[in-house]
Amino acid sequence: MSMQGWEVVIGLEVHVQLKTRSKIFSGAATAYGAEANTQACAIDLGMPGVLPVLNREAVRMAARFGLAIDAEIAPRSVFARKHYFYPDLPKGYQISQYELPIVGKGHLEITLEDGSARSIGVTRAHLEEDAGKSVHEGFGKASGIDLNRAGTPLIEVVSEPEMRSAKEAVAYLKKLHSLVRYLEICDGNMQEGSFRCDANVSVRPAGSSEFGTRTETKNLNSFRFVEKAINFEIERQIDVLESGGKVVQETRLYNPDTGETRTMRSKEEANDYRYFPDPDLLPVELDAAFLDVLRAELPELPDAKAARFQSEYGLSAEDAAVLTASRELADYFEAAASRVKDAKLAANWVLSELGGYLNRDDLEITESPISSDALAGLLARIEDNTISGKIAKEVFEAMWSGEGDADTVIEARGLKQITDAGAIARIVEEVIAANAGQVEQYRAGKEKVFGFFVGQVMKATQGKANPAEVNRLLKEKLQG
Amino acid sequence: MSLTPDEVKAVAHLARLALDDADVPRYATELSSILQLVDELEKAPTDNVSPMAHPLDLSQRLREDQVTETDQRELFQEIAPSTGDGHYLVPPVIE
Repeated sequence: MSMQGWEVVIGLEVHVQLKTRSKIFSGAATAYGAEANTQACAIDLGMPGVLPVLNREAVRMAARFGLAIDAEIAPRSVFARKHYFYPDLPKGYQISQYELPIVGKGHLEITLEDGSARSIGVTRAHLEEDAGKSVHEGFGKASGIDLNRAGTPLIEVVSEPEMRSAKEAVAYLKKLHSLVRYLEICDGNMQEGSFRCDANVSVRPAGSSEFGTRTETKNLNSFRFVEKAINFEIERQIDVLESGGKVVQETRLYNPDTGETRTMRSKEEANDYRYFPDPDLLPVELDAAFLDVLRAELPELPDAKAARFQSEYGLSAEDAAVLTASRELADYFEAAASRVKDAKLAANWVLSELGGYLNRDDLEITESPISSDALAGLLARIEDNTISGKIAKEVFEAMWSGEGDADTVIEARGLKQITDAGAIARIVEEVIAANAGQVEQYRAGKEKVFGFFVGQVMKATQGKANPAEVNRLLKEKLQG
Repeated sequence: MSLTPDEVKAVAHLARLALDDADVPRYATELSSILQLVDELEKAPTDNVSPMAHPLDLSQRLREDQVTETDQRELFQEIAPSTGDGHYLVPPVIE
């Protein structure tokens, strides 16, 4: 199978759970992990005679998102009932928005692996309530229904079909994920379902202006799964078309164990949601003053922060992008950078050493055993020549395993760098005296031997000699 | 506009209504006459009328984001046909 001759078209629908304390239409709690059905009140259960009342914070968060993607916020938006029957939807309809969503057209800037940038359109984002959860194991022949999640506020963010590869789709998704966490409107936890993605994928002959038939793939709860599922779907559709078949418009489910997608709902049950305005809810009106306040409250967003990191700290575009991917990481870097002379040194340590350890131990930046202050303390000792960069790695490891701050470790382990020229000179002389053969070679023009001498001096000082000083003295003394 | 018997059955299925085959022709006639009334309404000039989302000319009141509900699971589950381990039990749902 080859992709030659085909163009891929991808659009994403992302459900972003808003991190309000209470539900979108009721005063029940939204905390994750509570015992089944202990956070589902009469409104969430769809009991007769209840009235939904809209949560101000959910509206505020949705509008905040709209402002961040430079979208038009509807001065008047309307809730509608979306009808379908499923056991985890007690009312028989989901309260959503249809014709008049709260957030209109906006866009997200994505950066691809080769460094090029693209703007991906966001068609709309609407407010809606989440459904409950069905549990298929542990209840014999029955399914168990937990309605704790029912009524949790969501925004569904719908992209334009503008992505042309799985990698672009993942870049868009990561950008969106970063943005909602910057905005503090979603915890972004994909495992717990706080950030869920459905992918609409189709293929068409290259150069064609008409879209091919698309499928919608659900159950993509990690960035890796999104990429794998889309690539599987692209290959499957091209196979079908190249063997003379037709792609069926359908909903498919991704199976992370096999890496494949399979049919979930057949066309016979094509959805007919019968939307109409919900008579229980009045139109939501937002005035300019409200939006002005929200606009003023927006934090510095990832793109602006990355640009500032480049101009203010002289970082490369790539380093700035990685450091600003999460607000917590950016804050950590800035806190460390503000306490040292060389911000690039801080960036390098955060990205390589700290990043490596966090990865190894599967920790988030907020869980780092070394605080930004402690890291700055270590970097300051490199800058004032107390230790070399190499020794600093040893100190870092000791700090990571809880041996105290940089000064404590340097003191306890006797790692202080020898900068005294006299002391280093004595060792250099000893090394030269003990290795007459190599001295011969060096003086005969074999400059590679120089490394041998550096090694010997470092060995004699357990790596504590100031490298620059060692180089200088060796060169001087070897001249003879 | 006139509904076919199949359309009537489809609509009944969407609403999960059991319908006797014998009643289908009658429903087809009655529902079609409702749609004819809608067709009549379509003729009204509405060029300068904005769509109405709600009969009340008011906007939605918002509530503060506070948890005000307590756990009443036991009370609610008293009327459920089947429960287990805190869950509502339903016929198996297979996707």
